[in-house]
Amino acid sequence: MATTPPSTAAGRAAFADATASDATLRRFLHGLPGVDAVGLEARAAALGTRSIKTTAKAYALDLAISMIDLTTLEGADTAGKVRALGTKAVHPDPTDPETPKVAAVCVYPDMVATAKQAVGGSGVKVASVATAFPAGRAALEVKLADVRDAVAAGADEIDMVIDRGAFLSGRYLKVYEEIAAVKQASGAARLKVIFETGELSTYDNIRRASWLGMIAGADFIKTSTGKVAVNATPANTLLMLQAVRDFRTQTGVQVGVKPAGGIRTAKDAVKFLVLVNETAGGDWLDNHWFRFGASSLLNDLLMQRQKLSTGRYSGPDYVTVD
Amino acid sequence: MNTPLSSSAFEYAPAPESRSLVDIAPSYGLFIDGEFTEAADGKVFKTVSPSSEEVLSEVSRAGAADVDRAVAAARRAFASWSALPGAERAKYLFRIARIIQERSRELAVLESLDNGKPIKETRDTDLPLVAAHFFYYAGWADKLEHAGFGAAPRPLGVAGQVIPWNFPLLMLAWKIAPALATGNTVVLKPAETTPLSALFFADICRQAGLPRGVVNILTGYGDTGGALVAHEDVNKVAFTGSTAVGKQIARTVAGTDKKLTLELGGKGANIVFDDAPLDQAVEGIVTGIFFNQGQVCCAGSRLLVQESVEEELLDALKSRLSTLRLGDPLDKNTDIGAINSAEQLARITSLADRGEAEGAERWTADCPLPSAGYWFAPTLFTKVTQAHTVARDEIFGPVLSVLTFRTPEEAVAKANNSAYGLSAGIWTEKGSRILAVAERLRAGVIWANTFNKFDPTSPFGGYKESGYGREGGRHGLEAYLDV
Repeated sequence: MATTPPSTAAGRAAFADATASDATLRRFLHGLPGVDAVGLEARAAALGTRSIKTTAKAYALDLAISMIDLTTLEGADTAGKVRALGTKAVHPDPTDPETPKVAAVCVYPDMVATAKQAVGGSGVKVASVATAFPAGRAALEVKLADVRDAVAAGADEIDMVIDRGAFLSGRYLKVYEEIAAVKQASGAARLKVIFETGELSTYDNIRRASWLGMIAGADFIKTSTGKVAVNATPANTLLMLQAVRDFRTQTGVQVGVKPAGGIRTAKDAVKFLVLVNETAGGDWLDNHWFRFGASSLLNDLLMQRQKLSTGRYSGPDYVTVD
Repeated sequence: MNTPLSSSAFEYAPAPESRSLVDIAPSYGLFIDGEFTEAADGKVFKTVSPSSEEVLSEVSRAGAADVDRAVAAARRAFASWSALPGAERAKYLFRIARIIQERSRELAVLESLDNGKPIKETRDTDLPLVAAHFFYYAGWADKLEHAGFGAAPRPLGVAGQVIPWNFPLLMLAWKIAPALATGNTVVLKPAETTPLSALFFADICRQAGLPRGVVNILTGYGDTGGALVAHEDVNKVAFTGSTAVGKQIARTVAGTDKKLTLELGGKGANIVFDDAPLDQAVEGIVTGIFFNQGQVCCAGSRLLVQESVEEELLDALKSRLSTLRLGDPLDKNTDIGAINSAEQLARITSLADRGEAEGAERWTADCPLPSAGYWFAPTLFTKVTQAHTVARDEIFGPVLSVLTFRTPEEAVAKANNSAYGLSAGIWTEKGSRILAVAERLRAGVIWANTFNKFDPTSPFGGYKESGYGREGGRHGLEAYLDV
């Protein structure tokens, strides 16, 4: 069920002491329980052996489709490409109108207006990456201008990147303040905070970044840009699901999770849904709280969906190319 | 602190492994001298599936005459088997290991049916470890002179081996693989509630062309095992099972020149410090006591948690336990299977009732139990002290006793305050603490930031009433060599 998030201000106010300075923030983040890498990966792998069949599979495939942020983030993007993507987002499978719509299309800020037009009044959201995506190497003012530009063009959601350089050098307060500023600039748009987990490198860092993002006002925490070698993995997503679960228990505030990059098959997507189901729980099994940042994943989900209803694989010519 | 997961719309449809992968005959004989044969007195018993109480097969019940025959066959085979070059013995063991891998789906289904444990455990843990054990000891067969037991270590002769029902095929592998690698021949008795995988193993021995009499399998009850360990032509006795039976066996072989190894009960302490990786500690606690329904001698059945994180850890643990899926062992999504027998279920039930009567606080996961078969829902006891029976006696079931401590000294003192000393776990992100605590724990196996991890290269065995001798690794060879 897509509930509106509880008032975030009250829950997050509890962290005022922690965010008083770099030192207090560091003490807070480094006081979070450590992550044992072997154990975390073993748990993610164990959940990956769940066998999802028949009715459960049908449910999971439709749910996964409805959770996709259908993404194109290329230098070569054109209005034509974005319109095609928008049309596909609304009608993923032209042969079956029962197919759920995807959650959103995700584009660069200059394509937001085109994307808005393409999805029309379908209910499909338009998400825009911003803040000097993907590196995040720009002055705060430039980043905020990037965000305002996307919001002005009609973006429903903003996918920002954190300053990994600041994070890795321990300047947590800078990261915190930047997220808070972007949150403010986003206005009514929901804010997804991308950590680029592949660059943070350790699971301890991913846990700290998750909490940092959540106390700074993230509506979603997101693994990756899709532009580095290691993007979403079952283990880093499991870890972030634990973080949002614990954060809600502690503050009452629910935050969404978005693994992005590297999830290409229906089988993988179903495994991620199992992680959600058995870690954060059923409240997150809704596209208001969980998304897949993906592009090629959609076609595999559609092919598996057709297979489930017809008993046959149709092949790549029976789904639309992007 | 965690709130329980809300109920979800994501209901996993049944995903049963195919029962037709295994063909169970209506009856089985004893495996003596390379042939299946009836018991001399024609006695039989039935083996049932603990998850449904369905009769799976009827199996011969070996008596003293059959023990004589089997030991004689093993003795005859010993002369030529022990004279084979190690590399030749290794060929047979490698062949057995390969066949086990090839037949692993069949054996996994069989083991789940006869034992009641979930298919995901037999498939992902038992069978891979069984094959790994044969591969590992196959590698030692031609290298015994480098094992550190002298230039030309000699085998002992005929080994009488009695194994339990909790890991039927794995315990068989732990016993048979090192015995054959070192040149001994064996007579093995599986437990009366789980005889089938050992009989399938007999078939594998034939498939591998193993010479007659090198492996003999006698199915039966305690009297069969008693006759086997008491047999005067047995040179080596290896037993895994309860401490009570182990003591009885030690008395039986006292005053003889039989070499004895015992792997007995345990009451493992799983120690969680306040600087532990808590999410992984929760998983380790679950693996420690709910793996194989807690019917594990090295189970982490006592949770020692530092008081400062007790509440947080227990909340997380309870919400994790509420996600465990109990039911049909053949369903690939089942986490908790059936208790092995009505007798064991009665024991678990009575000890849990005693815990409650003595004032410990009982919490049971809210999961419906099937109507047929033997089932016990995952249970934990809080407010347990060293004086409670549930903190001292081995329950051998899915029941966790939670105790607290304030300092590392107290944790070590409480962990060691047990008649047993088989396993322990330490959970902390501080490496120096792991080493300091491990050094002071009196347990044969100590896991750090993990639990119930097994590998054929690692020796396994106990302190105190948990037994003596080591199985696995280079150390495991010693029990089968004349050193």
